[in-house]
Parts: sequence; C-alpha cells; structure tokens
Amino acid sequence: MDFLSPTSLPDALAARAEHPGAVPIMGGTDVMVELNFDRHRPPALLDLTRVSELATWDRVGDEIRLGAGVTYSRVIAELAAELPGLALAARTVGSPQIRNRGTVGGNVGAASPAGDSHPALLAAHAEVELSSLTGVRRVPAAEFYTGPKRHAGRPDELVTAVWVPAATGPQQFSKIGTRNAMVIAVAALGLALHPEQRSVGTGIGSAGPTPLRARDAEELLAAELDWEGRADVPDPVAEEFGRLVAAAASPIDDVRGTAAYRRHALAVMARRCLAWAWAEAQGREGPRRGEG
Amino acid sequence: MRVTITVNGEQRVADDVWAGESLLYVLRERLGLPGSKNACEQGECGSCTVYLDGVTCCACLVAAGQADGRSVDTVEGLSHHAGEGELHPVQQAFVETGAVQCGFCTPGLLVATHDLLARDPDPDDSEIREALAGNLCRCTGYEKIIEAVHLAARRMR
Repeated sequence: MDFLSPTSLPDALAARAEHPGAVPIMGGTDVMVELNFDRHRPPALLDLTRVSELATWDRVGDEIRLGAGVTYSRVIAELAAELPGLALAARTVGSPQIRNRGTVGGNVGAASPAGDSHPALLAAHAEVELSSLTGVRRVPAAEFYTGPKRHAGRPDELVTAVWVPAATGPQQFSKIGTRNAMVIAVAALGLALHPEQRSVGTGIGSAGPTPLRARDAEELLAAELDWEGRADVPDPVAEEFGRLVAAAASPIDDVRGTAAYRRHALAVMARRCLAWAWAEAQGREGPRRGEG
Repeated sequence: MRVTITVNGEQRVADDVWAGESLLYVLRERLGLPGSKNACEQGECGSCTVYLDGVTCCACLVAAGQADGRSVDTVEGLSHHAGEGELHPVQQAFVETGAVQCGFCTPGLLVATHDLLARDPDPDDSEIREALAGNLCRCTGYEKIIEAVHLAARRMR
C-alpha cells in the first residue's frame, strides 16, 4: 500500500488521475475506521491534508465556497451566520475530537446516506465542486448522491469544495439518535427557508439509499407560508408538511431503527424544524443554537 | 516508510511504517508511548486523545503519514512542566477526586480536559459534558470526573 502526500492541488489531481484506486483521506474519521478493522485494503491512500488550497473558505458573491478540507469545528466557529443549517448539523457530528478532524468535503465524498452534512446541504441548495486534470464542474447536491456511498464524481475527480448559498432566511437541522454525541443518525432533517425566492429547501438523512429532498413538502410549504405578513402557520399545514416529508423518505429496518419509526420521526422533526424556523422568521426568537 | 514526528517536544523517528498504520500504533508500538490507549479504533471512545499540531483528535483516526513532520503531544507530556515527581494539576485533580477507577479512559480524559481548560478556564457542568462527550468512561458515571475538572479549573485559574 502506498501513501501519496501531495502538497498542492495540481499535484493532488495528478495523483488522483494516476492512481484511480487510491482512497482520498482528509480527517480520517471514516477511512481510518475501514483500515483499522481491515474491511478495506486499498492500493494507496491519497492524503489531502497538506493541500492548503482545500483548507480555506471564501465568500464569492452570494455564495460560500467551502473548501473540502475545512473541518466541522471551523464551520461552527466561522460560518454559523452564513451557513446556519450546516453549522447546526456540524454541531451534532461525533465529538470535539471528531469535529476537529472531520470535514464537510470528506462527508460529501463518503456519500453515506447517514452523513450529517447532506440534509443541510440539500436544504440550502448547495452544489458540489468536482475537480480533475481536465477541469472543474459543479453538481447540485440533489443530483450528486447516486446510491449508498456512491456519488456522481468520476474516479479521476476529487471533491474540492461545496458551494452553499449564504442564508437569506432561517435554517434548521434536527437529528434523532440515542444520545447527543457520537451518534450515527437514525433519521435527520434539514430545513431552509428562502424568503427572497419564496421557496423552501429540505433534506432527509438516514431514511433512504441516499440523502433525499422532500419536493412535495417543499412545494406545499412554499405555497402556504404567509411570506409577506408572516402569520402563524396553520396547524393543518404543518401536519401536512410533516406527512409529505415522511412520505418522501424510503427508509428500511436496520440495527439503528425501523422504517416505521424513521417515518414517524421525520414527520415530527419536520413540524419542529418548521416551528423553529417560522418563529425566527416572525422575529419571535433568535436562531436556535442548541443541540440537534 | 519513515515518519518523523515531534512528540512532546522531542523529534522522534519511526521506520518501516505501513501506509495504513495509525498514529496511535506508531506512538504505542514504535515509540514506546503506551499512555494513549487503544480501545475502539473508531473514534468512539476517546481513550487515544492526543494533540496534533495543538488540536485534539483521536490518534487512532490519524494515518501515521499524516502526522509526518507535525507535532504531537500525548498524555505523557502533560506533566513535563510540573516539578520533579509532580503531576499536572489536571492529573492531580483526577487522583484526588476519585475520577480514576480502572484508569483505561483516564489518559484521553486528561488530554481532553487539559484542552478544555486551556480554552475555558471556568466551564460549567454542561460545557464540561459537551467537551468530554467524546470520551467514554464505563466505571465512574462521570460525576467524579466533572468534580475533577472543576477542581483542576479552580487551581489553574
């Protein structure tokens, strides 16, 4: 097994092209578990922690370009205002030690249906930046996840960033697990309100073969919310929103929970996230900063 | 491959390191530093918590090559600045309050507590629980550990 350690993005892309079987590693919070348990013995590791171009974020117009090597700890500390949904999700990841090493880019590249970033990225209408020696392209998050731990990137491409529109409205994230720390989500939900477009974004985690959007639920809410007057959301609308979010999932029974429980939890989380987000829209309380 | 790491301020070299080897394995098996414990090997228990370039992480989830040329501080280095035969105030507080039972989780908790108090000299219970959420103890029920953190914080202020 080889250990490839490029120190610049061009070198990293060249190594990726030359060693398509090499497994990219950043924080190691997924990759090292596979190696420690001998579940996977790739021909090489492609260490990206020395590629300084990946470890930065910038505001570009109305978007944040979040480099693939930016850790969850930094998202929480530096981007809670611009990317509140992602920062809330980041707070629920693992433990301080895991958040210090784990990256949003790594989460995206691993493409686990249970990854904590995905619901927030889907809800915020984020795009994934894929780079190779032949160029750079952006794939909407909603089209990026193609199957369990599979995504739209080619073997010669690296996830180099995610582009996330800076929030223009309230964003929320909720996650079900057996405790607050060190939990792989049983089910998770991201919600973003986009008042300027009068649209709603959702993201469902751990309740399908890929992270999912609940498009019918988004359309219902976009049509029913009183964007101008900010009147209370009628209970039947909140109920229907929860029902449509649950209906958009395709969960299975597994060791962490049953499909029926996941659907139930999603409906509850959808109503709660809506209540928190709309309270913020009405100016009744600040953005919720607590645990997921 | 050869890996060179500044461990507790001293440059150390490990040879014939396998590419998939963890920093934890290098510390324990190649550099004779068994203070960081090997338990879950998946970042769940925190017993292998070390500083990598001043930031806490689980050494079991760092590939050895990722630590090459970087600086690592382990539980063995905590008492370096204490007097001869003395413990770091965090260690002393753990001993005095009964926060150590079987002791397996203790090295990780010491490093995590050391990090917490460097950032926040007067944490409340919920901040302590949050900061230590990645360190599992199956003996104490955590109450004595939280007591130890408060005691260490008082003495270090």
